[in-house]
Amino acid sequence: MSLNILAVDDSRTMRDMVRLALAAAGMTVTTADDGVHGLEVLEGMEPDAIISDINMPRLDGFGFIRAVREIDRMRATPILVLTTESAPELRARARDAGATGWIVKPFDPHKLVKTIQMVTG
Amino acid sequence: MSTDPMAEIRASFFIECEELMESLQDALVILDEDGGDSETINVVFRAVHSIKGGAGAFGFDDLVAFAHRFETVLDQLRAGKLELTSDATKLFIQGADLLHDHIRAAQSDSAPPAGAEDVLKALEALMGDAAPEEDEAVDFTPATLGFSLDLPGLDDEPQLPVELPVWRIGFRPRAELYASGNEAVLILRALAALGETRVDCHVPDDLALSADTAEQPQLGWTVRLEGEMTEADIREVFDFVTDVCDLAITQDQPAAGEPVPFDHPVAEAAMTEPPAIENASPLRLDSGSIVAAANEDVPAVAAGAAPPDPATRNRAARPESEPAAATVRVDLERVDRLVNLVGELVINQAMLAQSVTEAGMGENPSVMNGLEEFMMLTRDIQDGVMMIRAQPVKPLFQRMARIIREASAAVGKEVRLRTEGEATEVDKTVIERLADPLTHMIRNSVDHGIETPDVRQAAGKAAEGVITLSASHRAGRVLIEVADDGAGINRPRVREIAVSKGLIPADAQLTDAEIDNLLFLPGFSTARQISALSGRGVGMDVVKSAITVLGGRVTISSAAGVGTKFSISLPLTLAVLDGMVVRVADETLVVPLSSIVETATLSPGDVRRIGRSTEVLHIRGDFVPLFDLGVQLGFRRAPASADESIVILTTQEDGSRAALIVDQIMEQRQVVIKGLNRNYGPIPGVAAATILGDGQVALILDPSDLTHPTAPEGEDEIALAG
Amino acid sequence: MTENTQNAAQEIELLAFRLGEQEYCVDIMSVREIRGWSRATPLPFSPGHVKGVINLRGTVLPVIDLAVRLGMPPIEGDERNVIIVVSVNGQTAGLLVDAVSDILSVARADLQPPPDLTADKESNCISALTLVDNRLIRMLQLDTVLPTQQNDTAA
Repeated sequence: MSLNILAVDDSRTMRDMVRLALAAAGMTVTTADDGVHGLEVLEGMEPDAIISDINMPRLDGFGFIRAVREIDRMRATPILVLTTESAPELRARARDAGATGWIVKPFDPHKLVKTIQMVTG
Repeated sequence: MSTDPMAEIRASFFIECEELMESLQDALVILDEDGGDSETINVVFRAVHSIKGGAGAFGFDDLVAFAHRFETVLDQLRAGKLELTSDATKLFIQGADLLHDHIRAAQSDSAPPAGAEDVLKALEALMGDAAPEEDEAVDFTPATLGFSLDLPGLDDEPQLPVELPVWRIGFRPRAELYASGNEAVLILRALAALGETRVDCHVPDDLALSADTAEQPQLGWTVRLEGEMTEADIREVFDFVTDVCDLAITQDQPAAGEPVPFDHPVAEAAMTEPPAIENASPLRLDSGSIVAAANEDVPAVAAGAAPPDPATRNRAARPESEPAAATVRVDLERVDRLVNLVGELVINQAMLAQSVTEAGMGENPSVMNGLEEFMMLTRDIQDGVMMIRAQPVKPLFQRMARIIREASAAVGKEVRLRTEGEATEVDKTVIERLADPLTHMIRNSVDHGIETPDVRQAAGKAAEGVITLSASHRAGRVLIEVADDGAGINRPRVREIAVSKGLIPADAQLTDAEIDNLLFLPGFSTARQISALSGRGVGMDVVKSAITVLGGRVTISSAAGVGTKFSISLPLTLAVLDGMVVRVADETLVVPLSSIVETATLSPGDVRRIGRSTEVLHIRGDFVPLFDLGVQLGFRRAPASADESIVILTTQEDGSRAALIVDQIMEQRQVVIKGLNRNYGPIPGVAAATILGDGQVALILDPSDLTHPTAPEGEDEIALAG
Repeated sequence: MTENTQNAAQEIELLAFRLGEQEYCVDIMSVREIRGWSRATPLPFSPGHVKGVINLRGTVLPVIDLAVRLGMPPIEGDERNVIIVVSVNGQTAGLLVDAVSDILSVARADLQPPPDLTADKESNCISALTLVDNRLIRMLQLDTVLPTQQNDTAA
């Protein structure tokens, strides 16, 4: 069964990229423009994994991930942070918020697919 | 659709870049004006950051490199490690301009703009000692999407091992591992994918499977891993969890099991084949083990995380539901086709109305009501369609900000742009075609309007000049003004030049307004020397004709020492206008309603003759120049009869008025503007044409142009009505 | 004209029409349609040969009085007259003529260059001459006849 992925990024280009990469691997991608939008979308879906940007208006990636972890049915949903920043303190903050893992942009589509397959089992 | 998805994303990336540049420019303006707040800085940072992110994916290396260095400086600003001085802001604005140039260069596949390095150096100098480690910059190696979209294989080339090592891995998850959505079993699987594994599971003696300890991970594992892999390969498997588990990786300790920091291995699982995804139960645990009955969900249970409810999983599997987008991107061609069709509809409706009347059904209430309704619907549709084409003038204004920066730098002046009414919406075509004349006017203001800093200071003004660019809707038209706070028009000088160029006789008596208008005469240029900006042989006459083509008018007002203001009045749309249909010398003409003040019946007593051939109308205490429209357009040699004629009092942007004699007023109605073939050049007094209900072409007048002193006098070659 | 660069032995189809006592023709490839006379709306301040503009299915089309353009007395215009809608170099215009007379097939080789007379108004407009059944037919140089495109100086 195809995996359902939610991609949250304020950059349309990145959303399109993620969609293209994952769709090619047979995954179904839903997108959201920022954290607030992402939470709205989550009210109507239960993704197998979430990919989130960090720098976003309204609600950034940290806040979004924290909020997702508050939702009972999504406490164990893998959440991957897609970011250009690889600084250790950002990783720590993402982890504190509840992120499962991270992918440093610009991503390699193969690696993205592999990583999602790994965290979703 | 068979279009290349990457090409589409690439195109949309550049659209997004334009949007990001817009918000970037906006935020920089705020920073420049009042310093902004942390969110403003965030917007700046995010814009550059997003551009870099997308650019990296497409391998626009120059753009990435520039954005990265720019972003690094902005990051310091964001972190509060860099003071936001006005010099810094200026550099940021320059950086943004260059970023824009880099985007354009990437888009057109041309060389990156020159001068980037200097600006980057200056930007980086802002950081001083606060500069972050350079290694991060090196770290950012854009991995281009070479995008072969085949599925990733699991057989990535292994690194060459020195020997076939045996690894022993102790792994004990902490609560945070599960809390962050990681799964021990998946990690064990990933290890199994690396080589041959044997997994020992450590279960505490006092394993409590009660609800209150459900969130406490209690299991640990020792994995013996054999195969061609390096420690880095193993570490990569644990990449996401190094901070949320106890991990010990050691190499080749033949004595099984010992250095492991865990106790009581009770379950042992030999995993001889890589657990492919189809393998339902990769962890084959010994029977009798306490967790023997468990399947792959066990670790999740141990961590207290509820296994996903199959029902909700199914729900998630429904077809992708893209959240409703707020905008739709439509090909402009489609919109234009719609605009044209609606134009035809308006004409058709007028023709139908005429036919109905001619068929003698003008008194039939149901026919007339239906027709009325049709008319209103047509109008609504038209408004709606026009709105699709309307766009805020903001991007246009933003372009002007840059023109000012560059123009003022070129002539050594300090000029700041202030904008008002950026949200004012105007037809897209109008905006596009306004760019060139506006650019020219702005350059003109910088070049001729604003004084040099020392002159300004000597005059008691701030060294920095201000050019105000404003847009507003006024009486169904768009008013765009370019005002500078410079020295004002040097009228004696203008006059002198006009005389020396033979544009006016040396003894001409001109009002201030008339002198100002000399600037619009072809071939006029006040530049005393060929500066970096002017001296290109393009004068304000070009601006004027460009505006006229758009159905607009440009006027000028100036006060010595205070400044000069150019006002451009434009139609809201290029497609329709409300007009008064009149008859003159057997011709049907349309006068735009927006220019009409009132209509009146002419009584000879109100007409005064001034000079040889000028007549004025005395109306409400005012004297207004009076013209016979038929004569003015060359349709007849002399006014029909002055008695009982009808006059239309028109007004112009500069407030001046003129009275036009017409034979008959037919009706007021909306007409569709049809461009006149420009083969004949602009026709004085005629803005465009339209098609009336009877299928005849009628000309749409431009009254201000008609009564303008420069309108040519009737000549022999003028076509008389025939 | 590009059409003329083709094989000279080829035949070319021409639309012939009358202007007063003279016969003229245009390459039929540049003819879009032939319309009956309809009254043109005069354009102020335009040259005398510009009759005005008419409505061609929603487009405003300039009409040229070909007689005036070629230095003859103007065509007054009535039901018997015809407007030939021609298009050349992306420009479309109507030519007001007295009447359409014929459609001819002429070998390109039979098109003679006009004698190099004085550079008067008329000869500039003639690209070739041909004899058909002893009638002298003048072929119009359409891009000269049509008003020259004003450069959009603003752009």
